[in-house]
Amino acid sequence: MGLRGSTAIIGAYDTKVGKIPDRSATALCVEAALGAIADAGLKLSDVDGLVTCNSMAQPYMYHAEAVAEYLGIRPRYCATAAAGGGATFTVLYQAALAIDAGICDTVVIAMADSLRSGLSREAAMIMQSSTGHAQYETPYGATVPGYYALIAQAYLHAYGAKPEHFASVAVSGRQHACLNPTAEMQKPINIEDVLASRLIADPLRLLDCSLVSDGGAAVVLTRADRASHQPHKPVYLLGAGEGRGHEHISQVASLIHSSAAQSGERAYAMARLKPADIDFAQVYDCFTPVVLIEMEDLGFCGNGEAGDFFLRGDGGPGGRLPINTHGGLLSHSHPGNPGSMFALTESVQQLRGGQGARQVKDANVGLVHAQGGILSSHCTVILGTEVAL
Amino acid sequence: MTLAKPLPPVDAQSRPYWEACNQGRLTLQRCDGCGHVQHYRRIVCTHCGTDKLTDVDASGAGTVRSFTVIRRAVSSAFDANVPYVVALIELAEGPTVMSNLIESPLEAIHIGAPVQLMFERRSEDINVPQFKLREGKS
Ligand SMILES: [Zn+2]
Repeated sequence: MGLRGSTAIIGAYDTKVGKIPDRSATALCVEAALGAIADAGLKLSDVDGLVTCNSMAQPYMYHAEAVAEYLGIRPRYCATAAAGGGATFTVLYQAALAIDAGICDTVVIAMADSLRSGLSREAAMIMQSSTGHAQYETPYGATVPGYYALIAQAYLHAYGAKPEHFASVAVSGRQHACLNPTAEMQKPINIEDVLASRLIADPLRLLDCSLVSDGGAAVVLTRADRASHQPHKPVYLLGAGEGRGHEHISQVASLIHSSAAQSGERAYAMARLKPADIDFAQVYDCFTPVVLIEMEDLGFCGNGEAGDFFLRGDGGPGGRLPINTHGGLLSHSHPGNPGSMFALTESVQQLRGGQGARQVKDANVGLVHAQGGILSSHCTVILGTEVAL
Repeated sequence: MTLAKPLPPVDAQSRPYWEACNQGRLTLQRCDGCGHVQHYRRIVCTHCGTDKLTDVDASGAGTVRSFTVIRRAVSSAFDANVPYVVALIELAEGPTVMSNLIESPLEAIHIGAPVQLMFERRSEDINVPQFKLREGKS
C-alpha cells in the first residue's frame, strides 16, 4: 500500500520563541518533546522512537541519545539530524519509513536551539557561515546572507525582477505573523519599510533576512491505525520527496532553479496530488528570494512570476494560496536547525482547524517544503486530513 | 580581539592546487578520458567517473556569474574590508569559482562583466586566487 496515509501526526507542540535565556538548548528540546507527547494524549513510555537535530549552542556527539537519556527513555529507533532546513523533513520521512517497516510505532521528532541566548552574535555568524566550503569559499568572507545574495542577484538579473518582489514576501509573512500571537514579530510592515531597512548583502536588506531566535518544537508521528483514538484529529502523511543538487553554492548548476522541482514532483506523485490541490503551503523562507524560486520550482507559479504572486497578496492571509501561515522564518522565528519544525507544527494546527483569525478556510491538504545548505538539499512533505486520504 | 582571515585547511588532494596558487597559477583538472574540466581538485571525474585527471593552468579570464556586496562582515577578520564583494566567477574554461572582486569600483560590477585573475597573499604558503574587473571593458 506504500507510505501514503500509513502514518499520522497526532501530537504537536511549540516552545516560546524569541529570547529565552532561562532554558538551555537541551531543555528546550526536552520541553518540546514532552509537550508534543502530552498533546498526543500519550505517556513517555508510549514512545519507542526519538529523532532530534544537533544544537549549535549545546552540541552533543550523539544528540538524540543524550536527549533520550535526559528523558529517561530507551527508544528502539533513535537518530540525530546533523543539519536543519530540509533535513528536518528528511528525518520525518525516514521516521515514517521506519514506522511503516515495523521498526517502531511512535516517534517523537523534537528540535530546539538557542542561537540568540546560547551563542555570541559573532560565534553564531561564523558557525552558520561554516556551511561554505572551507577551502574554496570560506576564505572569501561570505556570510550566510551573502551566499543567498548571490542567488538573489541572479534572480533579479534573469527575470528583470525588482527588490519590491523580494519585499512582498517579507510583507506577506508579517501579515500572517500579526494574526499569530506566538510569532516573534507582531508589528505590521509594508514594502517601503523593507526597502528602507539597511543593506546586509546586496540586494538583500535586513527585512529580507530571517530572524535569529531561541526556541524549539516537536511532533509525534505514529502508525495510522493507532492514530484515531487520540485527543486531536490525525494529520496524515500523504507524500514526501527529496531532491539534491550541489552542497556548496560555487558548485551550483542553476542559480535560479533548485532541486525543489524534483522533491516536489516526488512528493506530489506519492500523494497522488498536484499543486492545484494544495490548500496552504509553508515554504522555507530563510531569505525572501528563496521563497520565489521554491514557489516556481514547486509548480505554484510560472518562472519569474512568484514575485507578482506575493505583490498581489495571493500568498497572504485569505489569499489564493496562503504561504507560511505562522509567519515563517522571517517573522515567526528562526532558531537555526529547528527552524522548519514550526512550519510542520503550524501545518498540523491548520489541518486540525480552529486556528482563529489565521485559520485557512477548508484546509484539508497542506504542503511543507524546506531546503538546507545554500539552496542545496530539498525535502517536500504533503500532509492531509482524513478527507484527503 | 580581531580574528585572522581564514586559511584553507589544505589536504592531500588539494595540496597541488594550493602549491600552484603559491606560484601564481590557478589550476583546474581536465579528464584524460572525456575532456571534462572541473574545479575543485578531486580523485574522480564528475562527468565520466574515471580517475585519470591532469592539472591544467586556467587562463585567468572569466566573467561575473553573480555577486554581492557584503555590508556586515562575517567576523572581525573582515571588518576592515567592509564593504567587500563576494562573487561567483565563471571561468573561460567552464567551471565556476568563488572569489572576491578586489580593486574594482562597486558601481561598475555587474553580471556578465569580464574579470581577470590575481592573487592575495595570506601567509607564506597560502596565496588566495582573487579577481578584479578587466580594465577598459564593462
Ligand atoms: Zn571524465
